[in-house]
Amino acid sequence: MNALPSAAAQPSISLLGTSALLFEAPGHDMALGTQQRIWALAREAGRWPEVREAVPGMNNLMLSFAQPPRVLEDIETRLRAAWAAAQPLPLEGRVVELPVVYGGDAGPHLADVVAHTGLSVDEIVERHSTPLYPVYALGSHPGYCYLGGMDPRLATPRRKVPVLSIPGGAVSIGGAQTGVSASTGPSGWNTIGSTSMHFFDPAQDPPALLQPGDTLRFRVEKVIR
Amino acid sequence: MIEILSASALATVQDLGRVGALQWGVGTSGAMDPLALAAGNLLLGNDANAAAIEVPVFPFQVRFGADLAIALTGADCAARLDDVPLLPWWVVEARVGQVLSLGVPRAAGHWRASRAYLCVAGGVDVPAVLGSRSTQLRGAFGGHEGRALRQGDVLCAAAPGIGRCGSGFGLLPPALAMPLQLDGVPAMRVLPAAEYGHYTEASRAAFWAGEWKITAQSDRYGYRLAGAALEAANPVEMRSHGIVPGVIQVPPGGQPIVQMRDAQPSGGYPKLGTVIEADLWRLGQAPIGSRVRFIEATWDEALDAREQMHAWLADARRLVELHRRQRARSAP
Repeated sequence: MNALPSAAAQPSISLLGTSALLFEAPGHDMALGTQQRIWALAREAGRWPEVREAVPGMNNLMLSFAQPPRVLEDIETRLRAAWAAAQPLPLEGRVVELPVVYGGDAGPHLADVVAHTGLSVDEIVERHSTPLYPVYALGSHPGYCYLGGMDPRLATPRRKVPVLSIPGGAVSIGGAQTGVSASTGPSGWNTIGSTSMHFFDPAQDPPALLQPGDTLRFRVEKVIR
Repeated sequence: MIEILSASALATVQDLGRVGALQWGVGTSGAMDPLALAAGNLLLGNDANAAAIEVPVFPFQVRFGADLAIALTGADCAARLDDVPLLPWWVVEARVGQVLSLGVPRAAGHWRASRAYLCVAGGVDVPAVLGSRSTQLRGAFGGHEGRALRQGDVLCAAAPGIGRCGSGFGLLPPALAMPLQLDGVPAMRVLPAAEYGHYTEASRAAFWAGEWKITAQSDRYGYRLAGAALEAANPVEMRSHGIVPGVIQVPPGGQPIVQMRDAQPSGGYPKLGTVIEADLWRLGQAPIGSRVRFIEATWDEALDAREQMHAWLADARRLVELHRRQRARSAP
Protein backbone atom coordinates (compact mmCIF):
# COMPACT_ATOMS: atom_id res chain seq x y z
CA MET A 1 0.00 0.00 0.00
CA ASN A 2 1.24 3.47 -0.83
CA ALA A 3 0.05 5.00 2.42
CA LEU A 4 0.28 8.79 2.50
CA PRO A 5 1.47 10.34 5.77
CA SER A 6 -2.09 11.54 6.49
CA ALA A 7 -3.64 8.15 5.83
CA ALA A 8 -3.02 7.14 9.43
CA ALA A 9 -5.41 9.85 10.65
CA GLN A 10 -8.96 8.52 10.80
CA PRO A 11 -12.11 10.55 10.22
CA SER A 12 -14.30 11.00 13.28
CA ILE A 13 -18.02 10.31 13.53
CA SER A 14 -20.07 11.80 16.36
CA LEU A 15 -23.73 12.20 17.30
CA LEU A 16 -25.89 15.31 17.16
CA GLY A 17 -28.59 13.85 19.40
CA THR A 18 -30.93 11.51 17.53
CA SER A 19 -31.43 14.08 14.74
CA ALA A 20 -28.13 13.79 12.90
CA LEU A 21 -24.56 12.61 12.90
CA LEU A 22 -21.40 14.47 12.05
CA PHE A 23 -18.59 13.09 9.92
CA GLU A 24 -15.31 14.99 10.16
CA ALA A 25 -12.40 14.43 7.78
CA PRO A 26 -9.03 14.18 9.50
CA GLY A 27 -6.68 17.16 9.63
CA HIS A 28 -7.27 20.84 10.21
CA ASP A 29 -6.02 22.53 7.05
CA MET A 30 -9.42 22.85 5.29
CA ALA A 31 -7.86 21.82 1.97
CA LEU A 32 -9.92 22.15 -1.22
CA GLY A 33 -9.05 18.56 -2.22
CA THR A 34 -10.52 17.30 1.06
CA GLN A 35 -13.62 19.45 0.50
CA GLN A 36 -14.05 18.00 -3.00
CA ARG A 37 -14.08 14.53 -1.41
CA ILE A 38 -16.68 15.80 1.10
CA TRP A 39 -18.86 16.91 -1.86
CA ALA A 40 -18.52 13.41 -3.34
CA LEU A 41 -19.40 11.81 0.02
CA ALA A 42 -22.45 14.11 0.34
CA ARG A 43 -23.70 13.04 -3.08
CA GLU A 44 -23.32 9.36 -2.11
CA ALA A 45 -24.71 9.50 1.46
CA GLY A 46 -27.61 11.72 0.39
CA ARG A 47 -29.04 8.68 -1.40
CA TRP A 48 -29.12 6.43 1.69
CA PRO A 49 -32.64 5.66 2.95
CA GLU A 50 -32.07 6.74 6.60
CA VAL A 51 -30.57 10.10 5.49
CA ARG A 52 -32.85 13.08 4.99
CA GLU A 53 -30.15 15.59 4.03
CA ALA A 54 -26.39 15.36 3.56
CA VAL A 55 -25.05 18.82 4.40
CA PRO A 56 -21.38 19.67 3.75
CA GLY A 57 -19.55 21.84 6.30
CA MET A 58 -15.88 22.79 6.30
CA ASN A 59 -14.12 19.47 5.60
CA ASN A 60 -17.01 17.71 7.35
CA LEU A 61 -20.49 16.43 6.55
CA MET A 62 -23.67 16.35 8.61
CA LEU A 63 -26.22 13.63 7.85
CA SER A 64 -29.66 14.49 9.19
CA PHE A 65 -31.78 11.41 9.80
CA ALA A 66 -35.11 10.74 8.12
CA GLN A 67 -35.31 7.95 10.71
CA PRO A 68 -32.47 7.38 13.21
CA PRO A 69 -31.19 3.79 12.91
CA ARG A 70 -31.47 1.57 16.01
CA VAL A 71 -27.92 0.33 15.42
CA LEU A 72 -25.33 2.92 14.44
CA GLU A 73 -22.49 0.59 13.39
CA ASP A 74 -23.94 -0.08 9.94
CA ILE A 75 -24.14 3.54 8.79
CA GLU A 76 -20.77 4.30 10.40
CA THR A 77 -19.14 1.45 8.49
CA ARG A 78 -20.77 2.56 5.25
CA LEU A 79 -19.60 6.15 5.84
CA ARG A 80 -16.00 5.13 6.46
CA ALA A 81 -16.00 2.91 3.36
CA ALA A 82 -17.59 5.61 1.20
CA TRP A 83 -15.01 8.13 2.47
CA ALA A 84 -12.13 5.78 1.69
CA ALA A 85 -13.51 5.36 -1.84
CA ALA A 86 -14.43 9.03 -2.38
CA GLN A 87 -12.60 10.73 -5.24
CA PRO A 88 -12.44 14.55 -5.35
CA LEU A 89 -15.56 15.89 -7.11
CA PRO A 90 -14.42 19.03 -8.93
CA LEU A 91 -17.41 21.37 -8.98
CA GLU A 92 -16.71 24.44 -11.09
CA GLY A 93 -19.19 27.26 -10.77
CA ARG A 94 -19.08 30.96 -11.50
CA VAL A 95 -16.85 33.72 -10.11
CA VAL A 96 -18.59 36.55 -8.22
CA GLU A 97 -16.81 39.78 -7.24
CA LEU A 98 -17.80 41.66 -4.07
CA PRO A 99 -16.71 45.27 -3.41
CA VAL A 100 -15.73 45.61 0.28
CA VAL A 101 -15.35 48.62 2.58
CA TYR A 102 -12.82 47.55 5.21
CA GLY A 103 -12.75 49.04 8.72
CA GLY A 104 -14.72 51.96 10.19
CA ASP A 105 -18.16 51.47 11.73
CA ALA A 106 -18.82 48.51 9.43
CA GLY A 107 -15.62 46.74 10.56
CA PRO A 108 -15.70 47.08 14.35
CA HIS A 109 -13.42 44.10 15.04
CA LEU A 110 -10.66 44.94 12.53
CA ALA A 111 -8.59 46.21 15.50
CA ASP A 112 -8.97 42.80 17.18
CA VAL A 113 -7.60 41.09 14.08
CA VAL A 114 -4.70 43.60 14.05
CA ALA A 115 -4.04 42.86 17.72
CA HIS A 116 -4.21 39.10 17.30
CA THR A 117 -2.23 38.73 14.06
CA GLY A 118 0.28 41.55 14.59
CA LEU A 119 -0.35 42.64 10.98
CA SER A 120 -1.15 46.23 9.98
CA VAL A 121 -4.57 47.22 8.59
CA ASP A 122 -3.07 47.50 5.10
CA GLU A 123 -1.46 44.07 5.33
CA ILE A 124 -4.74 42.54 6.49
CA VAL A 125 -6.70 44.17 3.65
CA GLU A 126 -4.06 43.10 1.11
CA ARG A 127 -3.97 39.50 2.31
CA HIS A 128 -7.78 39.30 2.60
CA SER A 129 -8.54 40.72 -0.86
CA THR A 130 -5.90 38.80 -2.83
CA PRO A 131 -7.17 35.18 -2.96
CA LEU A 132 -9.98 33.62 -4.92
CA TYR A 133 -12.24 32.02 -2.31
CA PRO A 134 -14.00 28.79 -3.30
CA VAL A 135 -17.49 28.34 -1.75
CA TYR A 136 -17.07 25.16 0.33
CA ALA A 137 -20.53 24.97 1.85
CA LEU A 138 -23.67 26.89 2.75
CA GLY A 139 -24.82 27.24 6.34
CA SER A 140 -25.23 29.55 9.31
CA HIS A 141 -28.23 31.40 7.84
CA PRO A 142 -30.13 31.53 4.53
CA GLY A 143 -27.69 32.07 1.66
CA TYR A 144 -24.53 32.27 3.79
CA CYS A 145 -21.37 30.79 2.23
CA TYR A 146 -18.45 29.20 4.00
CA LEU A 147 -15.32 29.96 2.04
CA GLY A 148 -11.99 28.19 1.74
CA GLY A 149 -8.72 29.80 0.80
CA MET A 150 -8.11 32.42 3.51
CA ASP A 151 -4.49 33.33 4.20
CA PRO A 152 -3.73 31.45 7.45
CA ARG A 153 -1.86 34.51 8.79
CA LEU A 154 -5.29 36.21 9.14
CA ALA A 155 -6.69 33.50 11.43
CA THR A 156 -8.23 35.08 14.54
CA PRO A 157 -10.19 33.16 17.20
CA ARG A 158 -13.94 33.51 17.35
CA ARG A 159 -15.12 36.01 19.96
CA LYS A 160 -15.40 34.90 23.58
CA VAL A 161 -19.03 36.00 23.66
CA PRO A 162 -21.04 36.11 20.40
CA VAL A 163 -22.24 39.52 19.20
CA LEU A 164 -26.05 39.61 19.40
CA SER A 165 -26.55 41.32 16.05
CA ILE A 166 -24.30 42.05 13.08
CA PRO A 167 -25.76 43.46 9.85
CA GLY A 168 -26.19 41.69 6.51
CA GLY A 169 -23.18 42.22 4.25
CA ALA A 170 -20.70 42.03 7.16
CA VAL A 171 -17.35 40.53 6.09
CA SER A 172 -15.84 38.61 8.98
CA ILE A 173 -13.12 36.23 10.17
CA GLY A 174 -13.75 33.32 12.55
CA GLY A 175 -10.78 31.09 13.31
CA ALA A 176 -9.12 30.20 9.98
CA GLN A 177 -12.27 31.03 7.97
CA THR A 178 -13.79 34.12 6.39
CA GLY A 179 -17.31 34.85 5.13
CA VAL A 180 -20.03 37.42 4.41
CA SER A 181 -23.29 37.65 6.38
CA ALA A 182 -26.34 37.32 4.16
CA SER A 183 -28.72 38.95 6.67
CA THR A 184 -28.73 40.61 10.09
CA GLY A 185 -28.23 38.29 13.06
CA PRO A 186 -25.99 37.04 15.87
CA SER A 187 -22.39 36.00 15.18
CA GLY A 188 -19.28 34.94 17.04
CA TRP A 189 -16.96 36.10 14.26
CA ASN A 190 -14.80 39.23 13.96
CA THR A 191 -16.35 41.74 11.54
CA ILE A 192 -13.69 43.55 9.48
CA GLY A 193 -15.72 45.20 6.73
CA SER A 194 -18.94 45.28 4.74
CA THR A 195 -20.35 44.71 1.30
CA SER A 196 -23.79 44.96 -0.29
CA MET A 197 -25.09 41.92 -2.13
CA HIS A 198 -28.31 39.90 -1.98
CA PHE A 199 -27.44 36.28 -1.33
CA PHE A 200 -30.87 34.77 -0.84
CA ASP A 201 -34.39 34.98 -2.28
CA PRO A 202 -36.89 32.31 -1.19
CA ALA A 203 -38.94 32.95 -4.35
CA GLN A 204 -36.05 31.84 -6.59
CA ASP A 205 -35.14 28.26 -7.41
CA PRO A 206 -32.58 27.63 -6.04
CA PRO A 207 -33.15 30.29 -3.37
CA ALA A 208 -29.43 30.82 -2.66
CA LEU A 209 -27.29 32.97 -5.01
CA LEU A 210 -24.19 30.82 -4.57
CA GLN A 211 -23.54 27.12 -4.19
CA PRO A 212 -20.56 24.90 -3.43
CA GLY A 213 -18.07 25.16 -6.29
CA ASP A 214 -18.71 28.87 -7.00
CA THR A 215 -15.89 31.33 -6.27
CA LEU A 216 -15.82 34.72 -4.51
CA ARG A 217 -13.33 37.55 -4.85
CA PHE A 218 -13.23 40.58 -2.50
CA ARG A 219 -12.38 43.85 -4.26
CA VAL A 220 -11.15 46.71 -2.05
CA GLU A 221 -13.60 49.57 -2.43
CA LYS A 222 -12.31 51.60 0.49
CA VAL A 223 -10.25 51.23 3.67
CA ILE A 224 -11.32 53.27 6.69
CA ARG A 225 -8.53 53.53 9.27
CA MET B 1 -60.56 35.37 10.53
CA ILE B 2 -58.43 36.00 13.59
CA GLU B 3 -57.41 39.55 14.48
CA ILE B 4 -54.40 40.08 16.74
CA LEU B 5 -55.36 42.58 19.46
CA SER B 6 -52.09 42.53 21.45
CA ALA B 7 -49.18 44.90 20.80
CA SER B 8 -45.60 43.61 20.39
CA ALA B 9 -46.53 40.09 21.36
CA LEU B 10 -43.59 38.23 19.70
CA ALA B 11 -46.09 35.59 18.66
CA THR B 12 -45.25 33.76 15.42
CA VAL B 13 -46.90 31.33 13.01
CA GLN B 14 -45.20 27.92 13.24
CA ASP B 15 -45.68 24.36 12.07
CA LEU B 16 -43.41 21.41 12.86
CA GLY B 17 -40.55 23.02 10.95
CA ARG B 18 -38.81 23.29 7.61
CA VAL B 19 -36.86 20.24 6.52
CA GLY B 20 -34.79 19.78 3.38
CA ALA B 21 -33.49 23.35 3.09
CA LEU B 22 -30.26 23.00 5.10
CA GLN B 23 -28.33 22.91 1.81
CA TRP B 24 -29.19 26.60 1.35
CA GLY B 25 -28.32 27.55 4.92
CA VAL B 26 -31.96 27.53 6.04
CA GLY B 27 -32.56 26.20 9.56
CA THR B 28 -35.63 24.31 10.67
CA SER B 29 -37.60 26.89 12.71
CA GLY B 30 -40.93 25.38 13.82
CA ALA B 31 -42.74 25.16 17.16
CA MET B 32 -40.59 25.32 20.31
CA ASP B 33 -43.01 22.72 21.71
CA PRO B 34 -43.76 20.48 18.72
CA LEU B 35 -45.77 18.05 20.89
CA ALA B 36 -48.19 20.78 21.92
CA LEU B 37 -48.58 21.96 18.33
CA ALA B 38 -49.13 18.44 16.97
CA ALA B 39 -51.58 17.57 19.76
CA GLY B 40 -53.59 20.75 19.21
CA ASN B 41 -53.85 19.89 15.54
CA LEU B 42 -54.93 16.30 16.28
CA LEU B 43 -57.66 17.61 18.58
CA LEU B 44 -59.06 19.55 15.63
CA GLY B 45 -58.70 16.74 13.12
CA ASN B 46 -55.92 18.67 11.34
CA ASP B 47 -52.72 17.29 9.90
CA ALA B 48 -50.24 17.23 12.84
CA ASN B 49 -48.03 19.62 10.86
CA ALA B 50 -50.69 22.31 10.31
CA ALA B 51 -49.63 25.85 11.22
CA ALA B 52 -50.66 27.44 14.52
CA ILE B 53 -49.87 30.59 16.50
CA GLU B 54 -47.08 30.22 19.07
CA VAL B 55 -47.56 32.69 21.93
CA PRO B 56 -44.57 33.36 24.22
CA VAL B 57 -45.61 36.68 25.82
CA PHE B 58 -48.74 37.35 27.85
CA PRO B 59 -51.36 38.68 28.09
CA PHE B 60 -52.31 37.90 24.48
CA GLN B 61 -55.65 38.60 22.85
CA VAL B 62 -57.30 37.83 19.53
CA ARG B 63 -60.79 38.52 18.18
CA PHE B 64 -62.57 36.05 15.90
CA GLY B 65 -64.08 37.49 12.73
CA ALA B 66 -66.00 34.28 12.04
CA ASP B 67 -67.12 31.14 13.86
CA LEU B 68 -64.12 28.86 14.29
CA ALA B 69 -63.14 25.67 16.13
CA ILE B 70 -59.91 26.17 18.08
CA ALA B 71 -57.69 24.16 20.42
CA LEU B 72 -55.38 25.69 23.03
CA THR B 73 -52.33 23.64 24.03
CA GLY B 74 -48.95 24.27 25.61
CA ALA B 75 -48.83 26.52 28.66
CA ASP B 76 -51.94 26.68 30.86
CA CYS B 77 -52.55 30.39 30.71
CA ALA B 78 -55.98 30.85 32.30
CA ALA B 79 -57.59 31.39 28.92
CA ARG B 80 -60.98 33.05 28.58
CA LEU B 81 -63.34 33.29 25.65
CA ASP B 82 -65.02 36.61 26.44
CA ASP B 83 -65.74 35.95 30.13
CA VAL B 84 -65.90 32.17 30.03
CA PRO B 85 -62.82 30.33 31.43
CA LEU B 86 -61.42 27.66 29.11
CA LEU B 87 -59.71 24.41 30.00
CA PRO B 88 -56.15 23.91 28.75
CA TRP B 89 -55.56 21.28 26.03
CA TRP B 90 -59.22 21.51 25.00
CA VAL B 91 -61.27 22.08 21.84
CA VAL B 92 -63.78 24.93 21.85
CA GLU B 93 -65.96 26.70 19.34
CA ALA B 94 -65.36 30.41 19.11
CA ARG B 95 -68.17 32.56 17.72
CA VAL B 96 -67.87 35.60 15.52
CA GLY B 97 -66.92 38.67 17.58
CA GLN B 98 -65.68 36.74 20.60
CA VAL B 99 -62.33 37.71 22.18
CA LEU B 100 -59.87 35.07 23.36
CA SER B 101 -57.57 36.22 26.18
CA LEU B 102 -54.50 34.31 27.34
CA GLY B 103 -53.07 35.27 30.73
CA VAL B 104 -49.74 34.61 32.40
CA PRO B 105 -49.01 30.84 32.46
CA ARG B 106 -49.62 29.10 35.76
CA ALA B 107 -47.76 26.18 37.26
CA ALA B 108 -49.05 22.61 37.47
CA GLY B 109 -46.99 21.08 40.27
CA HIS B 110 -43.31 21.33 39.37
CA TRP B 111 -44.15 22.10 35.77
CA ARG B 112 -44.53 25.63 34.53
CA ALA B 113 -44.68 26.09 30.77
CA SER B 114 -44.05 29.33 28.94
CA ARG B 115 -45.58 29.03 25.47
CA ALA B 116 -49.18 28.53 24.40
CA TYR B 117 -50.36 27.28 21.01
CA LEU B 118 -53.52 28.56 19.41
CA CYS B 119 -54.46 25.91 16.86
CA VAL B 120 -57.31 26.53 14.44
CA ALA B 121 -59.46 24.26 12.28
CA GLY B 122 -57.55 23.48 9.10
CA GLY B 123 -54.47 25.32 10.35
CA VAL B 124 -53.42 28.95 9.93
CA ASP B 125 -53.71 29.69 6.22
CA VAL B 126 -50.36 31.18 5.21
CA PRO B 127 -48.38 30.13 2.13
CA ALA B 128 -45.81 27.36 2.50
CA VAL B 129 -42.32 28.67 1.68
CA LEU B 130 -39.59 26.13 0.96
CA GLY B 131 -41.92 23.41 2.22
CA SER B 132 -43.06 24.93 5.52
CA ARG B 133 -45.38 27.56 7.02
CA SER B 134 -42.99 28.26 9.91
CA THR B 135 -41.71 31.80 10.31
CA GLN B 136 -38.02 32.09 9.34
CA LEU B 137 -37.20 35.22 11.33
CA ARG B 138 -33.56 35.48 10.21
CA GLY B 139 -34.45 35.09 6.54
CA ALA B 140 -37.66 37.15 6.93
CA PHE B 141 -39.85 34.65 5.08
CA GLY B 142 -42.47 32.04 5.92
CA GLY B 143 -45.21 32.41 8.55
CA HIS B 144 -47.10 35.72 8.34
CA GLU B 145 -44.99 37.99 6.10
CA GLY B 146 -41.77 36.50 7.49
CA ARG B 147 -42.09 38.25 10.85
CA ALA B 148 -43.60 38.11 14.34
CA LEU B 149 -47.28 39.05 14.57
CA ARG B 150 -48.32 42.63 15.33
CA GLN B 151 -51.40 44.30 16.65
CA GLY B 152 -53.96 44.53 13.84
CA ASP B 153 -52.66 41.57 11.84
CA VAL B 154 -55.47 39.39 10.48
CA LEU B 155 -54.94 35.68 9.89
CA CYS B 156 -57.26 33.17 8.29
CA ALA B 157 -58.00 29.56 9.17
CA ALA B 158 -57.92 27.04 6.33
CA ALA B 159 -61.24 25.45 7.50
CA PRO B 160 -63.43 28.15 9.10
CA GLY B 161 -66.86 27.38 10.54
CA ILE B 162 -67.78 24.97 13.32
CA GLY B 163 -69.39 21.61 13.72
CA ARG B 164 -66.86 19.90 11.48
CA CYS B 165 -64.56 18.58 14.20
CA GLY B 166 -66.68 18.74 17.36
CA SER B 167 -65.69 20.43 20.60
CA GLY B 168 -65.83 20.00 24.36
CA PHE B 169 -63.05 17.45 24.73
CA GLY B 170 -59.32 17.51 25.35
CA LEU B 171 -56.10 15.71 26.19
CA LEU B 172 -53.95 15.20 29.27
CA PRO B 173 -50.82 17.32 28.63
CA PRO B 174 -47.61 15.33 28.04
CA ALA B 175 -45.90 17.17 30.90
CA LEU B 176 -48.32 15.29 33.19
CA ALA B 177 -48.41 12.06 31.16
CA MET B 178 -44.61 11.88 30.71
CA PRO B 179 -43.08 13.97 33.51
CA LEU B 180 -39.29 14.23 33.81
CA GLN B 181 -37.71 15.88 36.81
CA LEU B 182 -34.57 15.67 38.90
CA ASP B 183 -34.85 16.83 42.51
CA GLY B 184 -38.03 18.69 41.63
CA VAL B 185 -36.42 20.55 38.72
CA PRO B 186 -37.54 19.97 35.08
CA ALA B 187 -34.93 17.82 33.37
CA MET B 188 -33.88 16.98 29.81
CA ARG B 189 -31.88 14.03 28.58
CA VAL B 190 -28.64 14.74 26.73
CA LEU B 191 -26.45 12.65 24.41
CA PRO B 192 -22.77 13.61 24.69
CA ALA B 193 -21.36 15.22 21.51
CA ALA B 194 -17.95 15.32 19.79
CA GLU B 195 -16.13 17.67 22.19
CA TYR B 196 -17.58 16.24 25.43
CA GLY B 197 -14.21 14.64 26.23
CA HIS B 198 -12.41 17.96 25.80
CA TYR B 199 -13.91 19.29 29.00
CA THR B 200 -12.23 18.82 32.37
CA GLU B 201 -13.61 16.05 34.53
CA ALA B 202 -14.77 18.63 37.08
CA SER B 203 -16.62 20.56 34.37
CA ARG B 204 -18.35 17.44 33.06
CA ALA B 205 -19.40 16.49 36.58
CA ALA B 206 -20.67 20.00 37.20
CA PHE B 207 -22.69 19.93 33.98
CA TRP B 208 -24.69 16.88 35.12
CA ALA B 209 -24.87 17.78 38.81
CA GLY B 210 -25.72 21.47 38.56
CA GLU B 211 -28.86 23.47 38.01
CA TRP B 212 -28.81 25.69 34.93
CA LYS B 213 -30.61 28.99 34.91
CA ILE B 214 -32.23 30.11 31.68
CA THR B 215 -31.01 33.68 31.32
CA ALA B 216 -32.87 36.67 29.91
CA GLN B 217 -30.70 36.43 26.74
CA SER B 218 -32.68 33.38 25.68
CA ASP B 219 -35.06 33.22 22.75
CA ARG B 220 -36.15 31.04 19.84
CA TYR B 221 -32.56 31.08 18.51
CA GLY B 222 -30.93 29.74 21.64
CA TYR B 223 -31.09 29.43 25.40
CA ARG B 224 -28.08 30.98 27.10
CA LEU B 225 -27.62 29.18 30.39
CA ALA B 226 -25.92 30.32 33.60
CA GLY B 227 -24.25 27.94 36.04
CA ALA B 228 -20.84 26.53 36.82
CA ALA B 229 -18.14 27.71 34.37
CA LEU B 230 -17.26 24.86 31.97
CA GLU B 231 -13.59 24.59 31.16
CA ALA B 232 -12.01 22.81 28.22
CA ALA B 233 -8.80 20.97 29.08
CA ASN B 234 -7.42 22.01 25.68
CA PRO B 235 -9.16 24.90 23.91
CA VAL B 236 -9.95 23.96 20.30
CA GLU B 237 -10.67 26.15 17.29
CA MET B 238 -13.22 24.25 15.25
CA ARG B 239 -14.11 24.04 11.59
CA SER B 240 -17.70 25.09 10.93
CA HIS B 241 -20.08 22.16 10.71
CA GLY B 242 -23.77 21.35 10.65
CA ILE B 243 -25.66 21.49 13.94
CA VAL B 244 -29.28 20.84 14.94
CA PRO B 245 -31.70 22.28 17.51
CA GLY B 246 -30.74 20.87 20.90
CA VAL B 247 -26.96 21.09 20.42
CA ILE B 248 -25.29 22.50 23.54
CA GLN B 249 -22.41 24.74 22.46
CA VAL B 250 -19.88 26.14 24.88
CA PRO B 251 -18.25 29.41 23.75
CA PRO B 252 -14.87 30.20 25.37
CA GLY B 253 -16.68 32.13 28.12
CA GLY B 254 -17.65 28.73 29.56
CA GLN B 255 -21.43 29.26 29.77
CA PRO B 256 -23.40 26.91 27.52
CA ILE B 257 -25.87 27.92 24.81
CA VAL B 258 -28.53 25.40 23.78
CA GLN B 259 -29.51 25.82 20.13
CA MET B 260 -33.28 26.14 19.78
CA ARG B 261 -35.68 26.08 16.80
CA ASP B 262 -34.46 29.25 15.08
CA ALA B 263 -30.84 28.19 15.55
CA GLN B 264 -28.34 28.46 12.75
CA PRO B 265 -27.96 25.19 10.87
CA SER B 266 -24.18 25.32 11.40
CA GLY B 267 -21.71 26.51 13.98
CA GLY B 268 -18.18 26.31 15.21
CA TYR B 269 -18.17 26.38 19.00
CA PRO B 270 -17.29 23.14 20.83
CA LYS B 271 -20.28 20.91 21.56
CA LEU B 272 -20.72 19.28 24.93
CA GLY B 273 -23.87 17.36 24.04
CA THR B 274 -27.31 17.52 22.44
CA VAL B 275 -30.67 17.67 24.20
CA ILE B 276 -32.42 14.68 22.66
CA GLU B 277 -35.20 15.28 20.13
CA ALA B 278 -37.76 13.70 22.49
CA ASP B 279 -37.02 16.22 25.27
CA LEU B 280 -36.50 19.41 23.30
CA TRP B 281 -40.15 20.41 23.86
CA ARG B 282 -39.53 20.37 27.62
CA LEU B 283 -36.70 22.88 27.24
CA GLY B 284 -38.72 24.89 24.70
CA GLN B 285 -41.36 25.35 27.41
CA ALA B 286 -38.92 26.27 30.22
CA PRO B 287 -39.52 29.91 31.20
CA ILE B 288 -36.76 32.54 31.29
CA GLY B 289 -35.40 32.71 34.84
CA SER B 290 -36.29 29.09 35.61
CA ARG B 291 -33.76 26.32 36.24
CA VAL B 292 -33.29 23.00 34.48
CA ARG B 293 -31.15 19.89 34.95
CA PHE B 294 -29.53 17.56 32.43
CA ILE B 295 -29.48 13.76 32.49
CA GLU B 296 -26.91 11.76 30.52
CA ALA B 297 -28.58 9.38 28.04
CA THR B 298 -27.40 6.53 25.85
CA TRP B 299 -28.33 6.14 22.18
CA ASP B 300 -30.82 3.41 23.06
CA GLU B 301 -32.44 5.50 25.79
CA ALA B 302 -32.70 8.46 23.42
CA LEU B 303 -34.35 6.30 20.76
CA ASP B 304 -36.72 4.76 23.33
CA ALA B 305 -37.72 8.27 24.42
CA ARG B 306 -38.33 9.22 20.78
CA GLU B 307 -40.55 6.17 20.34
CA GLN B 308 -42.41 7.01 23.55
CA MET B 309 -43.06 10.51 22.23
CA HIS B 310 -44.40 9.16 18.93
CA ALA B 311 -46.48 6.57 20.81
CA TRP B 312 -48.00 9.33 22.95
CA LEU B 313 -48.99 11.23 19.79
CA ALA B 314 -50.38 8.08 18.13
CA ASP B 315 -52.38 7.38 21.28
CA ALA B 316 -53.73 10.93 21.34
CA ARG B 317 -54.76 10.62 17.69
CA ARG B 318 -56.51 7.31 18.40
CA LEU B 319 -58.39 8.68 21.43
CA VAL B 320 -59.54 11.79 19.57
CA GLU B 321 -60.79 9.72 16.63
CA LEU B 322 -62.56 7.27 18.95
CA HIS B 323 -64.25 10.13 20.77
CA ARG B 324 -65.32 11.76 17.52
CA ARG B 325 -66.75 8.50 16.14
CA GLN B 326 -68.75 7.88 19.31
CA ARG B 327 -70.07 11.43 19.16
CA ALA B 328 -71.15 10.97 15.56
CA ARG B 329 -72.92 7.71 16.44
CA SER B 330 -74.81 9.21 19.40
CA ALA B 331 -75.80 12.32 17.48
CA PRO B 332 -79.51 12.54 16.65
